[in-house]
Amino acid sequence: MNIATEAVQIGLEWDTRTGAVTVPIYQTATFRHPGLGQSTGYDYSRSGNPTRQALEDGIARLDGATRGFAYSSGMAAIANLLLLFKSGDHLIVTEDLYGGTCRLFDKVFGQYGLSFSYVDTSDTAAVAAALLPSTRAVFVETLTNPLLKFADLRAIAALCKSKDLLLIADNTFLTPYLLRPLDLGADIAVYSATKYLAGHNDTVAGLVTVKEPELAEKVYFQQNSVGAVLGPQDSWLTTRGIKTLGIRMDRQQQNAGRIAQWLAAHPRITKVFYPGLEDHPDHALMKRESRGFGAMIAFEVDRHELVEQILLKTALISFAESLGGVESLITFPEVQTHADIPPELRARLGINNVLLRLSVGIEDCDDLIEDLQQALEG
Amino acid sequence: MKLATKLIHGGPTVDEQTGALGVPIYQISTYRQTSVDHFSKYDYARGDNPTREALQDTIAVLEGGTRCLAFASGMAAISTTLMIFSPGDHLVVCDDVYGGAYRVLSTIFSRMGITSTFVDATDLAAIEAAIRPETKGIYLETPSNPLLKVTDLRGAVEIARRHGIITLVDNTFMTPYLQRPLELGCDIVLHSGTKFINGHSDVLCGFSVVKDNELGQRIRYIQNAFGTGLGPQDSFLTLRGVKTLKVRMDQSQLNTSRIVTWLKAHPRVSKVHYPGLPEHPGHTIHTAQADGPGAVFSFELDSYETTKRLLENSHLAAFAVSLGGVESIISYPAKMSHASVPKEERERKGITDTLVRLSVGLEDPDDLIADLQQAIG
Repeated sequence: MNIATEAVQIGLEWDTRTGAVTVPIYQTATFRHPGLGQSTGYDYSRSGNPTRQALEDGIARLDGATRGFAYSSGMAAIANLLLLFKSGDHLIVTEDLYGGTCRLFDKVFGQYGLSFSYVDTSDTAAVAAALLPSTRAVFVETLTNPLLKFADLRAIAALCKSKDLLLIADNTFLTPYLLRPLDLGADIAVYSATKYLAGHNDTVAGLVTVKEPELAEKVYFQQNSVGAVLGPQDSWLTTRGIKTLGIRMDRQQQNAGRIAQWLAAHPRITKVFYPGLEDHPDHALMKRESRGFGAMIAFEVDRHELVEQILLKTALISFAESLGGVESLITFPEVQTHADIPPELRARLGINNVLLRLSVGIEDCDDLIEDLQQALEG
Repeated sequence: MKLATKLIHGGPTVDEQTGALGVPIYQISTYRQTSVDHFSKYDYARGDNPTREALQDTIAVLEGGTRCLAFASGMAAISTTLMIFSPGDHLVVCDDVYGGAYRVLSTIFSRMGITSTFVDATDLAAIEAAIRPETKGIYLETPSNPLLKVTDLRGAVEIARRHGIITLVDNTFMTPYLQRPLELGCDIVLHSGTKFINGHSDVLCGFSVVKDNELGQRIRYIQNAFGTGLGPQDSFLTLRGVKTLKVRMDQSQLNTSRIVTWLKAHPRVSKVHYPGLPEHPGHTIHTAQADGPGAVFSFELDSYETTKRLLENSHLAAFAVSLGGVESIISYPAKMSHASVPKEERERKGITDTLVRLSVGLEDPDDLIADLQQAIG
């Protein structure tokens, strides 16, 4: 079944008693047992909640996974996965990683004896070169934040398989609609569902999908033990959001493609990072491996003063963190989303004081371009 | 301000923009910024959400703390808070700690190099004897779950201070209405807000409350970094639940006292564990540190058959996990809350196959007693 169809089907056949076509919001903490040693399948909402489960089953189907898991945020999802490792373990991770993930890795998990090597994961040879005897996993953003580099997941998966490493793919920017990491050989996919999946800038949520049943059981143990689960209301809103994933993504990509071209032709814009542009270094690979290029654009302006001008003068495009929603948002990664990346690494990566990141929404594209135009003119 | 008033007016309860009584549900992930140099206090909802914040501020006031953080579940509160410890650190933990806390301590945290020694915390000498040079905290529940054992919190605090370590108390059974560990000198109060604080069995949530600013900052850092904060809808429901905390707790305690008296006289009941009973070994200490015995107790029956009959035939008291709701909930610790504790360990602690825990709700006590009567037979 096509992903767009799968997405609409989530929860459709859940409520057999009433035939309701969406899953009810089970705002409950606990479930009555029919008898001693018997269970309806639900005991306590931390361990399982029907509304959350509809979402978990749904994302598992979209990703072709055995099982899905929903968390109170994308960071909670990633933090939970890192509990699979133990002190002394080493992970190879994408260098231009989301700042929150970087903070979690270095400042929180670093103190528990996990170590991380930051490499350009769009260069598979660089991943191989970073291998250590203690390496246990590779953590890749399929399309990176904010510089939009695309990893060759298939090649990295082959490397991981030969070295018996787990491959975890943060697929937030692409979603299963554009790319299914497990199909390409990843063991686990993780999402900040706050972004494209929920899609309305109204919910903070994280999702994980796992391919192998045994590994899924381990992830479930951590999810239930730590208890950073997604509440029923937010689970329901995320499911509701996913139903329009296909049409939103179609429109957002279409807009992003046009805006990227418009920006590339603008005299005050010195550089545009968008993999849909033919001169992007990963364009050909991404065209082959992904069903689309997504709707995130990063670009550099010709002088720092323009940054503030654009951020404050755009009217339709809100100056706010986050991305992936129906509303277009613009951010300044150096001081917002990537403030937690060490300054020297930031400089090396090119996250500088003239770089802006644009999350393109579903507004009419002409209006968005007009808004950018007036903001650039000042 | 007295507690019943604080419950209603303790937090920021009026929406400044509209005058609405009560905080709006901010179903939001992000906030529009107006300056490049100075971001608003609100920039991303994982870190700050006004609805969650109103709940946090209310609970902080009730517990007499300076800061409260709200989490996706009681276990998320406990797990996140325990991340303040580092590899090599050691904790002394009460041996009948909640099964979920036991599970994270004995599996996840032990693997990260944070070890625990479980002791009978009714015995202050046993707590002190377990302290090592690398011990950084004492983790307590009083009254404990499910045997309602009582720890002398002032005594434990004195030991902790002498050793320069902190005291963490899970105050779920008591709520700040009945017991305020920060006032007794403890450093961190933890809650499964799912229970009495929210009180309607319809939300999962947890809290970590502190008096010390620096400690509050550390926990807040991990809450944001880990993203284990509570969602807006659940924050709102909990804020709504907490308004009736006192009236609910008052009624549940009255009901409990009636039921306990009745059960004590029942021929098939061999023992009742409830700190409100004068013969309970922790009665005096409990009375000195708390304002009431609460509405959860456990009791032992004469046989497994009676136990099974009771669990399966009670109509009013739902046979379910959890506690602290408006509805009475009967549970079977050996197979439910303490199922993750190994059997030998469990029986050694007195969590036998004939032990039943009852969380008393707001039903009429006559109806509850009649129901228990027909089920026990």
